[in-house]
Amino acid sequence: MSMINKLSFGIRKFHTTASRLRKYVELTSVRYPLLKRGNFSFLSDRHLGFFQSILSAHQVLTDELNDLSGYNVDWMRSVRGSSRLVLRPKTTEEVAAILQYCNVQNIAICPQGGNTGLVGGSVPVFDEVVLSLELMDEVISVDELSGVAIVQAGCVLEKLETVLHLSNLALPLDLGAKGSCQIGGNVATNAGGIRLLRYGNLHGSVLGLTAVLANGQIMDCLNTNKKDNTGYDLKQLFIGSEGTLGIVTQVALQCQPKPSSVQVGFFGLNSFENVLETMRLSKRNLGEILSSCELIDQSSLECVTTQLELRSPINNFPFYMLLETAGSNASHDAEKLNSLLEILVNNGTIVDGTLAVDSAQAKNLWELRERISEALACEGYVYKYDVSVPIRQFYQLVEDMRIRLGNLPIRCCGYGHLGDGNLHLNITSQEYNPILLNRIEPFVYDWVCQERGSVSAEHGLGLKKRDYMEYSKSPTVIHWMRRVKKLFDPNNILNPYKIFPEQSSTD
Amino acid sequence: MSLRILVGCKRVIDYAVKIRVKPDKSGVITEGVKHSMNPFDEIAIEEAVRMKEKKIAKEIVAFSCGPTQCQETLRTALAMGADRGIHVEVSGPEYETLQPLHISKMLAKLAKDEQIDLIIVGKQAIDDDCNQTAQMTAALLDWPQATSASKIEAKDGSLQVVREIDGGLETIKVKLPSVVSADLRLNEPRYATLPNIMKAKKKPIKKLAPKDLGVDVSPRIQVVTVEEPPVRQAGAKVENVDAVIEKLKALGHA
Repeated sequence: MSMINKLSFGIRKFHTTASRLRKYVELTSVRYPLLKRGNFSFLSDRHLGFFQSILSAHQVLTDELNDLSGYNVDWMRSVRGSSRLVLRPKTTEEVAAILQYCNVQNIAICPQGGNTGLVGGSVPVFDEVVLSLELMDEVISVDELSGVAIVQAGCVLEKLETVLHLSNLALPLDLGAKGSCQIGGNVATNAGGIRLLRYGNLHGSVLGLTAVLANGQIMDCLNTNKKDNTGYDLKQLFIGSEGTLGIVTQVALQCQPKPSSVQVGFFGLNSFENVLETMRLSKRNLGEILSSCELIDQSSLECVTTQLELRSPINNFPFYMLLETAGSNASHDAEKLNSLLEILVNNGTIVDGTLAVDSAQAKNLWELRERISEALACEGYVYKYDVSVPIRQFYQLVEDMRIRLGNLPIRCCGYGHLGDGNLHLNITSQEYNPILLNRIEPFVYDWVCQERGSVSAEHGLGLKKRDYMEYSKSPTVIHWMRRVKKLFDPNNILNPYKIFPEQSSTD
Repeated sequence: MSLRILVGCKRVIDYAVKIRVKPDKSGVITEGVKHSMNPFDEIAIEEAVRMKEKKIAKEIVAFSCGPTQCQETLRTALAMGADRGIHVEVSGPEYETLQPLHISKMLAKLAKDEQIDLIIVGKQAIDDDCNQTAQMTAALLDWPQATSASKIEAKDGSLQVVREIDGGLETIKVKLPSVVSADLRLNEPRYATLPNIMKAKKKPIKKLAPKDLGVDVSPRIQVVTVEEPPVRQAGAKVENVDAVIEKLKALGHA
């Protein structure tokens, strides 16, 4: 009975691969001519010889014998580095040996997980050596009673989810990229996702980790206790550091009991006020079982249904919401949800909608939200903004931007984690258009800054957003961030050119 | 034409659930496990609803046999467009040994009592994969049958049905009343939308016992043991083609 699944899975792979791989990607060093290569060593045969002496043949990929474009180009096909060497360690000790050597030899490193990042942070800018965690993909242990899973950083999130299900556990995070992203990368970028509303972010659910510093020292912070107040919690520095303070090699994750009852609903609404009212009442009436509250605007849904030939359960509405509940008692949860819907339908807040009756429908409804990113990429070049704004203003930015851009783009749309106040604003054009870009930026950042929002809610800064750190962090704070970076990585070999704005003087 | 259609809807473990065998090997774990309508039966309901929308059918009766929770399955059918439901309640050990023959007898009796013109069921259930109910029901009623249907057209008191068979597609004509079983490509079931979900709560579901239909559900089979399939052995990776050949030879396959 996986026939239905297999058919649609095959069609999905073909669609995205074919249309997206056709696009040529310009070298980052060409598209961003103001970027200057740091004073790092150029790779030599002597360096290569060292790496080959500590790693097996299949762990060292050179551009002479291999196609490294998968490592040099990001998922969005918006940046391309020119790395000539990919190293794929299998143990923390190998990572340490690599970094120790590179630190002495002044070789720049780009740590890489699943390469699904959206801000150009996971690929080299110039010829940095890629250190890929992909071979460190084991689930080391899962404790059903405590819910603690110890995993190697290169384990693909979906694989971890499958393993956890066997012990009746669930991941504390979920995102559209889970088929490719790795838990180490999730931790390094403090990934958010569609369940943050329910389980909080990784600063809370990561109990411990192992990280390797730039000088090769191994930081064993692999605590598995829920409570540990014995000094500064240094692991927090690595979470969200985007590979600039150390390389995460192992993670101890607090997982949740797998909910036995999951309900997914998809609704159509006529106004943003109705959306806010639905969210308000959902949080109140669904309480602890609410696990996702997502918004999709008409333009986003139109994109995902036409580009990927997906089916919407209802007709056109200005706004759509996807609600998910997760609990331990199906009839209790269904009753709560049905009572809520009765209220909202009777008073006209929700005009139409559907509740998934089985897993197939639930999966299809989620696809309407999770594959928007993929659908947008099919249209050409995507200008992607991931911002935190006060919930009342959540959609205002989309409307203001739409008016400002007029006919320049193909599309200006918004969707996102309404429950978390995290909007994904996306604009598309056929090709990269600097005129359009200048109309969008810095307007979008000024707008968010004025609302004291975050210019990057969950995607991070990477390369593409590094200049905008100042819109959400004060100069004093940035100053001390640079001090921390200098302390942990004095030679700046870990993911250089990322997250920090360019500066004229060094601290 | 204004047909009265009877549709069978079986409540089964949801297709996405990982099935686990009970420790005592007497069956699979169903307690606390997500259930939903058999996907082929969803397709059957959808086809009936489309026939009603085309004014070929005038009434759709949804049928389900099993424990109390079957009412949820019937509510889904009602939300998709069925007019009323019939729930034949069977639970406990009798439910565990329920067989397609029992269901066929119930469907046959209901077909006569409710003056049914067309019975549509899914071609098989995803738990037992029997693919027997439609055929046996037709035999009991001495009605023609069109199984594994991927297209149905109603014309002057009969149905033209395209069937999916091993060799390709077969088109047959069956006179009404008849029994049809739905295959995967017959249609794509609709989502039940909120206004219809609300309306469905008010549609009637008649509850019956098997004896009301003259059907004896005492077990005719005994489940001896249920076991998981053997664990798949891990494969081995090798570096190149020569190594593959060596390995195959060593294992005695070449």
